[in-house]
This record gives sequence, C-alpha cells and structure tokens, in this order.
Amino acid sequence: MTNVLELRGITKRFPGVLANDKVDISLREGKILALLGENGAGKSTLMNILYGLYKPDEGQIFVREKEVNIEGPNDAIAQGIGMVHQHFMLVPVMTVTENVMLGIEPVKNGFFLDRETVSKRIKEISDQYGLEVDPHAYIKDLPVGIQQRVEIIKVLYRAADILILDEPTAVLTPQEVEGLFKIIKTLIAAGKSIIFITHKLKEVLAIADDITVLRLGTVVGSIKPEDATSEALASMMVGRDVNLTVEKTPAKPAETVLEVEDLYVRNERQHLTVQGVSFNVRKGEVLGVAGVQGNGQTELVYALTGLLPFESGAIRLLDESIHRAAPRDILERGVAHIPEDRQRHGLILSFPIHDNLMLCTYYKRPFAKGISLQPQPIFNNAEELVKEFDVRTPSVYVNAGTLSGGNQQKVIVAREFSRPIELLIASQPTRGLDVGSIEYIHQQIVKKRDAGTGVLLVSSELDEILALSDRIAVMYKGKIMDILDADKTSKEQLGLLMAGVHPAEASKN
Amino acid sequence: MTNSTLEIGSTAEKRRRISFGVALVVTGLAIYLLFAVNTQPGALTTFGLNLLGSRAVEVSDLVVPALPAIYLLAAVAVFSGAYQMARGVRSTGWLVGILAFTFVTAFLLWGARDKSFNLTGMLSSSLVRATPIALAALCGVISERAAVINIGVEGIMLIAAQVAVVTATVSGSLYVGLLCAILIGGLIAAFHAFIVIRFRVDQVVSGVAINIFGTGVTSYISSRFMQAAGDKLNNSGTFPIIAIPGLSKIPVLGPVLFENNLIVYLTILLVIVMHILLYYTPWGLRTRAVGEHPKAADTLGVNVYLMRYVNVIIGGMIAGIGGAYFTIGSVGRFDEIMTAGKGFIGLAAMIFGNWNPIGAYTSSLIFGFADSLQVKLQILRVPIPSEFLLMAPYIVTMIILTGVVGRAVPPAADGQHYEK
Repeated sequence: MTNVLELRGITKRFPGVLANDKVDISLREGKILALLGENGAGKSTLMNILYGLYKPDEGQIFVREKEVNIEGPNDAIAQGIGMVHQHFMLVPVMTVTENVMLGIEPVKNGFFLDRETVSKRIKEISDQYGLEVDPHAYIKDLPVGIQQRVEIIKVLYRAADILILDEPTAVLTPQEVEGLFKIIKTLIAAGKSIIFITHKLKEVLAIADDITVLRLGTVVGSIKPEDATSEALASMMVGRDVNLTVEKTPAKPAETVLEVEDLYVRNERQHLTVQGVSFNVRKGEVLGVAGVQGNGQTELVYALTGLLPFESGAIRLLDESIHRAAPRDILERGVAHIPEDRQRHGLILSFPIHDNLMLCTYYKRPFAKGISLQPQPIFNNAEELVKEFDVRTPSVYVNAGTLSGGNQQKVIVAREFSRPIELLIASQPTRGLDVGSIEYIHQQIVKKRDAGTGVLLVSSELDEILALSDRIAVMYKGKIMDILDADKTSKEQLGLLMAGVHPAEASKN
Repeated sequence: MTNSTLEIGSTAEKRRRISFGVALVVTGLAIYLLFAVNTQPGALTTFGLNLLGSRAVEVSDLVVPALPAIYLLAAVAVFSGAYQMARGVRSTGWLVGILAFTFVTAFLLWGARDKSFNLTGMLSSSLVRATPIALAALCGVISERAAVINIGVEGIMLIAAQVAVVTATVSGSLYVGLLCAILIGGLIAAFHAFIVIRFRVDQVVSGVAINIFGTGVTSYISSRFMQAAGDKLNNSGTFPIIAIPGLSKIPVLGPVLFENNLIVYLTILLVIVMHILLYYTPWGLRTRAVGEHPKAADTLGVNVYLMRYVNVIIGGMIAGIGGAYFTIGSVGRFDEIMTAGKGFIGLAAMIFGNWNPIGAYTSSLIFGFADSLQVKLQILRVPIPSEFLLMAPYIVTMIILTGVVGRAVPPAADGQHYEK
C-alpha cells in the first residue's frame, strides 16, 4: 500500500503563535484519513498549507512519493489535490456551472465562455458519483447540502484524486450526513483518497480508516478506529480526561415563565422566517430548539429578546406581554441572552473584560452613580466573576478580543448569570468551543436549570440538544414540526423532523 | 396557518401598493393644478421634429392642443393610481415610468404652449450630455465589479480633460489628445489601485484625495499657464460630427443616434463590448467572482490582485475618455472645474443601473435628459428661476439614490480589502 500523500515536519508560525509544529501525516491510497482536533489545533492551517494558501516555514510535502513544491492553489490542483472548504467557496449570485468552471473556463470561438460543455461534464460527474445537482441553478437558491455537492463536483471537475474535506458535516442534518458518507464511499470506490477533518468523534469512528489527532499544532498520535473509543480520542484531543455525558437529574418543571403564541417574525430582508410558532418554557426545565441552521431560530431568538419586532402573535414573559418592549426592558424583566454570534452580539471585543462584564447593568448602582461610572465596583465585580467562572485571562484589563473563544463565552455566561434571571435564552452556546469549555458551559446551564430558571436552548448540534434538553422542539422552515419529550425520542426521529418529514409519514411511504 | 401567512405577507405589500397609488393620484392632481389651470383653452404646443442642419428627411412638426392633452395626461395618472390602489401592479418600473412620463410631458406641453419646442433637439442633446456620465458610470462598473470603489473618477476626468486639450492643441491632433487622456486616466487609476490594493488604504479616502488633487492641480495649471498662453495651449477644436450614411436619414432617430462625434459612438460601443466581456467571457466571470467572493476565486487559482489592478486601470482609461469628452469632445477648451460633478452623477447612474453596463447607460440617459431639459426650459423662459432648473439633474440623482425606485444590490465584496 503506497502513500499518495505525505507531509513531513511541517512547521508554520504566525506572529505569536506556533500553528503547526513539525507535523507528520500520511494518507494511504484509497483510504480515508481522519484529522481530528479541537478548534485551533492547527488542522485548517495544515490543510491550507497543503492547498497552497499558506507557505510553510519548514517541512516537505510528498505526493506519490515525489517531493513537490506547492506555491498556490493552482499547484495543488495540478498535483490532483482538491479541497472542500468548511465555509463554502461558492459565489451565491452565480450558477452551479459558473462556479464550477471559474478559474479554468473553457472557451468557444476563442473568446466566449463555453457553459454547455461544462454543464454536460457536471451532469456526467453527477451521474458517476451520485451527486445530483441542477447545473443551471443559482447557488443562493440551493440548500447547504446541495451546495456541498457543488463543492465536491468542483473538486472532481478538476480531476482531483486527493480530496480534503474540511469539517464537512458542520452544517448538515443527520440525514444529509448519511448522504455525504454514501458519497464518500462512492469516491473511495472510484479510487480517490480522502482527508476528513473534523472534531466530531462519532463521525471519525464511523468512517475513517486511519485517525491522526492534532493538539496545539502537534501530532499527539495516530490510531486505528477499531482500537479507539470516543473517550480515548477525546482525551487525546484535549490532553486530559473529559466527561462526555452531561450528568443531570430529572427536571422539576414549575410554572410557565415564557409563553409564545402563534408568532410570526420577519427578518431584516423582510422574509417571513418564523411562521406561526407556539410553545412555552417552564421554570426548571430546558426546552431545546433543534433544527438546521437558518430555519428561523435566529429570528425567533431575536424576537424573544426584542432585537427584532414581530409581525403578529404574542410573547408573554411571566404573564406579561413584551410586544414592542425594548431589549433593555426585556432584560430587566429577568431574561438572559447568550447570543449565537458571540463576537458581534455578545461582547465588545475592543473593550476590556471588566467593561464587558457589566454591559447589561452599567447604568445601575453600584456601577454607576448619576452620570459617572464607578471604577472600583466595576473592577471588583470583574475580579470576582473571572474567578468564579474560571475565565483564563492574564488580567481583567485586557481586551475581550484577545481571549480564546471558550473564554469569551465564559465572559458572556459570567455576565448573564451574575444577575437574577428567570429565563435563559442560549443560542448555539458551544459553537466552535473546545471540549473542555463545552463541558463547563453545559454544567453551568444545567446548574441554572436546577436553580429554577427556565432555559431555552437553541442549537444545531443534535448531541447538545439531546444531552441538555428536557423537551425538544424541532424547527423547520420557520415552523415547529413537533415538540417531543427528550427521553422518549431518538436521534433518527429528530433528524427526520429537522428535514421536514414527520416520522409517521416516513414509515407509511 | 397558510391563510394567516398570506395575510401577514401582504401587509407591507399593501402599504407599498397604496403609497404608489397615492403618488400617482397626487401627480395627476398636480398636473391639473399646476399646468391645466394655467393653460388657455385652444393653446397649441408645437414639438419640432427636425434638427437644423441635420441630414434627416424632413417631417412635419407635431402640433398638439395643449389643454386637452394635459387633461388626458392628468387623467392617465389618476386612473393608473386608482387602479394601482384597487388591484395593484407588480412592476414598480412601470409605475415610476408612468409617473415620470405624464408629469414631464404635461410640463413640456404647458411650458411650450403657444411656442415651439424642438423635441428632436432635446433628445439629441440628452444623448450627448449622457456621454460623460455614462463613461464615468462604466468606469465605476468595471472597478466595482472587481470590488474596488473608485470615487476618484471625477478627479480623473478633470485631469484627463485638461491633458486632452493641451496635448491636442500642442500636437495639432485630436487623436493624440484622446490617447493622452486615456493614458493619464489609466495612470491615475493605477496609482489608486496600487495604494488601495498594495497598502490597503481606504478606497474612499484615496478617491477623495484624487478628486481634491484633480481640482487643485488643474486649476493651478489653468490659471498659471493656460490663461496666459491662450490659443497656444487651450484651443484644440473638437471631434467633428460623423453622420452614418443611410441611417442618419431616418427622421428623429437619425439626428439623435446617427449624427454624433467619435466619443459618443465610442461610448455606445464600450457599453456593448463591456456587457459581452462581463457576462460571456472568462475575464468577466473572474471579475464578477473577485467582486462577489474573492476568497472563492483565490482558492480556484484566480489571481485576485491582478484582476483588481487590471479592472481598475481599464476603468481609469474609460474615465480618461470621459474627461476628453469635456474638452476635445464638446467645447474645445478647458475651464476650471468643468466636470461639475458629472463623475459623481455617473456613480449614481452606476448604482441605479445595478452595476451592469447597459443599466448604467440607460440611467445615464435619464440624467442626460434631466440635464438637457433644464437647458431647454431656460430657453423657453419657463417662469421658474434658472437656479432651480440647474438643480434638476442633481435632484434626480438624489431621488434615485434614496432607493425609491427599487434597491440595487452592489457586488458583495465591494469596497473591501482582500487579505489572503
């Protein structure tokens, strides 16, 4: 068995960071190598080096046992290396055909774009690998699952036989993930070799032939899936033992804290993205809202927190309507919000931590007296919270922007939990965080629930929804498909609902 | 559930529908109150259809009884407004079209009552006046499609105008003047591209700097050298009118479209060529990709920086032609600040034209029309102070930029630096 690809001693330094430190990996022909590691472990940097987007400071790359010099994407493509990026590299206002041909456009009459030839070739590739797609559709009209197919077609159109898939399952429903795995198997059967980058342990165990684990820019080990367990891989990734299951006692729901009735919300582009949603959240329970990203969850949360006005329906917080209430008003009635985009909506990155820790209550005593802020209480508050919530920072005076994602999230949690709250709205609270921080945030949410707070958890990670929720609402295209009890539901059932199919209907067909 | 979705979906729609309807009805009433009331019954308005000195076959002028025609236009506006409120028309383009057409035509009928108004002449001058605006707009289109904003187009045109007239006068050839204007335009654009791409200077700041520099340097050269030297530096003559054989004989259309000078033809040609380049060639596909999602283009091996340099420089060359129009294309000499904001109006035309060449040209024609209307109205001695009439093109610019007439979508990466 030959190695189609080998990286030896790759080192890459960014100012102040050693992103890759003497990394060796090898990919066997016709196999799937899973590259496992937390965010910031250096996986993406390594792949960007391989694809020619970054230049390594040291190290060699061998393709089919010949050393190659990759200066840019064109060199990588010439070596048969293709990359499916985590954030799709597609131009939304162009068609599938135009996106596929970009960069290597065939011409007719010596001058004009030859769209027909390309769309014919796309059809051939679709048929060969089971990647069904309409070559004339515009990217912006396609669901993410199909967009990913377009990315794969783009790579295959360039005749790549080494495919790098960077976090390909991050944006997919469980069913779409199944579909992707099928496609991957077809590709392997056709003789392609694949590097599969992920931080999801179960996927690695399901599909990989070899596993290489990266941590803080170095390879910490390579292992075969048959010798590995989720726990073992997790501790390799994090560098210590982690507890993957969230421990919690059965919920003791009390009276209703939030009631939503037939709610309609328009997003900024005037699309009706929440269409007739009704549910309630009681004290002492976690209501999980599952669903693929972009099915109205964001707008729902915005409406609940007063960031977007709603068209019709009612939202009652502790039996009082919050129609047209200002965000501050809602906040003062005891709502805490962990926003989905922590860097844009959760923190002011250019403000020091101590200011970020009092953003909700800066105008009140003890932080303010009349028109002036009170430095001493602000610093004391910050010191206490940083200690209590284990925020790893050199001091409370540094800017929030300098912290890691996990610590930024801890700052938000600390701020929101430091005042008396009745309802916690947590939107994608652990997106992009390392396993250690996820563990911590989960514990905090459960602790808040046990203290009698109602929790609305919005997440596109099914594992997270299942681990934390007492009841689960599934959103699809702005509507709630169903609300289920967490202990009477399965992942498959949720997956179908997330794709807009009622399990009862599915079994009939 | 579906029912309520429809109802709620239609509230904003309804508001929009009614506001357009009201606007049309108000226009109808305004036509009646402003124009019909002041017009004597039996007054005739003559629209001249022949252009003096043109080769077109002569046709008889159009004589319209003013009052009935104004009543008719008012009625059209009111009825279409009422229909809009009751039923709703989907196309806002049509509504705005009806609104503008009825109002402007009624205005002309009233303004030129008992007098003669040369329609062909006005259309012809609209096209000519649209030319520098269109060239500025094309410069904007080509740069911004590759995501580089170039508001320095005003300054580039001013400098190119001066360079064109001086080089043409000194060399005695208008073509040398045009070529030099194109070169200087390309050169200044290259400088703009260099500092915004290489050094990531804010694109607007760089553009403003070019404009200030342009005003300063041309005014200085003009007052220091050109006024003293007079004919030796600042008297080039202009490109002659070229009548296209056969086509120029068509009444009305002939004098408007087929009796123009080189730069006007060149502009129309550039619009067509740029449309084809942008949508049907690899270069165009790459340009648009670089403007929408540069990272995507980069990962496919497209050289983002190179595309941007090339596009901005070509844009500068087109702006250079626009500059040449002001001197060797129309009056044959340079005056200080003679571009008078046409570059900025061009950028407005680009936005209104949705960043595509044909749209940009069409909206330039609207601006050109507003400009030439203003001139004609001064000649007609309409009882409106000429200062207000001079504002017409700029007021049209502002109305269009408020987005009343549909919101345009710029290229997604427009104005953003690209870092690998």
